[in-house]
Amino acid sequence: MNSLMSLASDLSSGAVRVIDLTQTLSPEFPQIALPPEFGQCWPFRIEEVSRYDERGSAWYWNNFSCGEHTGTHFDAPIHWVSGRDLPQNATDTLPVQNLIGPACVIDCSREAAKDPDFLLTAEQVRAWESSHGRIPARSWVLMRTDWSKRADPAAFQNYDEAGQHTPGPAADLVRFLVEERDVMGFGTESIGTDAGQGYHLKPPYPCHYYMHGAGRYGLQCLTNLDLLPPTGAVIVCAPLKIKNGSGSPIRALALVFNGSGDHG
Amino acid sequence: MIPPLVHPPRKNPTLRTRQPLLPPGARSRAALGLTAAAALGRFELQVCEACGAVQYPPRETCHRCLADALRWREQAGTGELLSTTVVHHSHDPFFRERVPWRLGLVRLDAGPTVVAHLHGGCAPAPARVRIGARLDKSGQGVLLAFPPDEVPNMADDPELREMTCDPKFRKVLVTDGKTAVGQALVRALIGAGADLVWVGYAEPWKQTPGFADLEALPQVSLVPLDLTDSRAIAQSAAEIGGKVDILINTAEVHRTHGIASRSGVEAARAEMDVNYFGLLRLAQEFGPAMRSRGADGPTSATAWVNLLSIYALANFPPHGTFSASKAAALSLSQCLRAEMRPGGIRVINVFPGPLDDEWNQTLPPPKLSAAALAKAVVKALQDGVEDVYPGEVAQEWLARWQESPKTLERELSL
Repeated sequence: MNSLMSLASDLSSGAVRVIDLTQTLSPEFPQIALPPEFGQCWPFRIEEVSRYDERGSAWYWNNFSCGEHTGTHFDAPIHWVSGRDLPQNATDTLPVQNLIGPACVIDCSREAAKDPDFLLTAEQVRAWESSHGRIPARSWVLMRTDWSKRADPAAFQNYDEAGQHTPGPAADLVRFLVEERDVMGFGTESIGTDAGQGYHLKPPYPCHYYMHGAGRYGLQCLTNLDLLPPTGAVIVCAPLKIKNGSGSPIRALALVFNGSGDHG
Repeated sequence: MIPPLVHPPRKNPTLRTRQPLLPPGARSRAALGLTAAAALGRFELQVCEACGAVQYPPRETCHRCLADALRWREQAGTGELLSTTVVHHSHDPFFRERVPWRLGLVRLDAGPTVVAHLHGGCAPAPARVRIGARLDKSGQGVLLAFPPDEVPNMADDPELREMTCDPKFRKVLVTDGKTAVGQALVRALIGAGADLVWVGYAEPWKQTPGFADLEALPQVSLVPLDLTDSRAIAQSAAEIGGKVDILINTAEVHRTHGIASRSGVEAARAEMDVNYFGLLRLAQEFGPAMRSRGADGPTSATAWVNLLSIYALANFPPHGTFSASKAAALSLSQCLRAEMRPGGIRVINVFPGPLDDEWNQTLPPPKLSAAALAKAVVKALQDGVEDVYPGEVAQEWLARWQESPKTLERELSL
């Protein structure tokens, strides 16, 4: 039995569990908000087409609308100006081989609870490596903050007069992950891969700038990161194949080895 | 003496809600001129261009000289109450429920003698009175004789209340309380005696000045209401729609673009989604219950108010896509008016000129303040008019548009 068949067997037995890292797409889930004079990402909206009624007698279905960056979603390199001219930088052209890979989960939940503007630094990640091993090349780094547990949209967005306050990576961490660890991408639980106050960092929005500038990806609005081990999970995060798309809502999944399945 | 309106007792839930009925609404085309003027709160009669005779009832040719050039002209309405009648019995289902009903014969100082509904404050004939035109429940212009001077509890007269939409003791939904206009309206409605004001809001994570203060008002209940979210609107309508007596749609998106100044359709679509589709969604969800409650006691469902814009009449190219969305809303509001009429629900359109807000920041004054707009809306409800053009700019545009829509279009595109 090759490794893929053995994975199928482990999935079937429950030895490998599938964890949903995806927030439910609903009209209540908040979307990124830019100053009103800018163009805006659509929130998720849904309109009934028919519901076993005069509009369609035996069937129920809806039309929905949203932006490429609504809900739990994938950022492609073309999303940012720094990645605009890279090859294979859009949702339809990026190599699908990149969409399944190992994940390192860095638990920042205590820091984020204390400081909503918490920035994860390269030094802190080096310390994490000393316990969990070096971040492998082509792996995803997921920043666990438990931010997804903020069910109230206002608390999730966490705005005040100075804008949004959500945790994210420091600029030096992003460069470290790209240049010294060759990661596939960076994922967060909050509305962006960058911190809420990321506009004031150098450069502004460093995770977008460096990750996408190097052809790497972003994941945001992830949930259930607290169910993942620090290392060893494999994530599946395929965006819709939108022609020249900058991103897409996804159903993000993680495969976690459970030790023993139903079959023992 | 008009007895003051007392707060109605709680409704007896074991009794059938009274079905809305309308007074006779058939009119000749000529007579609709009275309605058109009453919709603006004006009393107009035809005046002969040739001999100056004032006409009543409306007709095709002058009763004195047979000239066919009759122009609708505003009337002072002063006159002499000659006699009064109290109707105690009627075969018309609407009036049958409302007898006794007072009518009067009034000789206008301008000439004609008219039959009019009679406000309870009028002294017994003979007496001086002032005729005003009002819209009745069927949306048609009718004449009502008022006492010449203000009397106590003037607005509480039962005949007058059949023609107005007074917020006193009523429950009102203001769809967006996050704007200065929404907030001013909430306060004005409370000032006018509204029992309860539901205040809608969208995007709860965005803090806007003044919104938090509304919650402290005892009459206010906040309700999540995003006009782009059909499911949320359906949810709100299910929760409160059966109690809303007056709905005031203040939600709008206003961007300041024409066609060339903004590439793409996203800003225009956001305007359309709230200003047009938002109204459609609201009307589908809140309309039916309101229509069914048009005769639900002295504080029945009574009015639907749309915050439009004077730009709905003619496109203001610097705000071209906003203008288009408001024109679409105006058109839809006419459909809503026709559909709400069987329930006796008045649809009031408000056409302000530029508001003094951030989207009109670079426009020179005069600009309409939120408080002035709120006052105009409350007055429109109390007067029961259909179309309101508050402020100098709106009045001027209206006059120019009435004179020549084409000329106004040209002037605005310069």
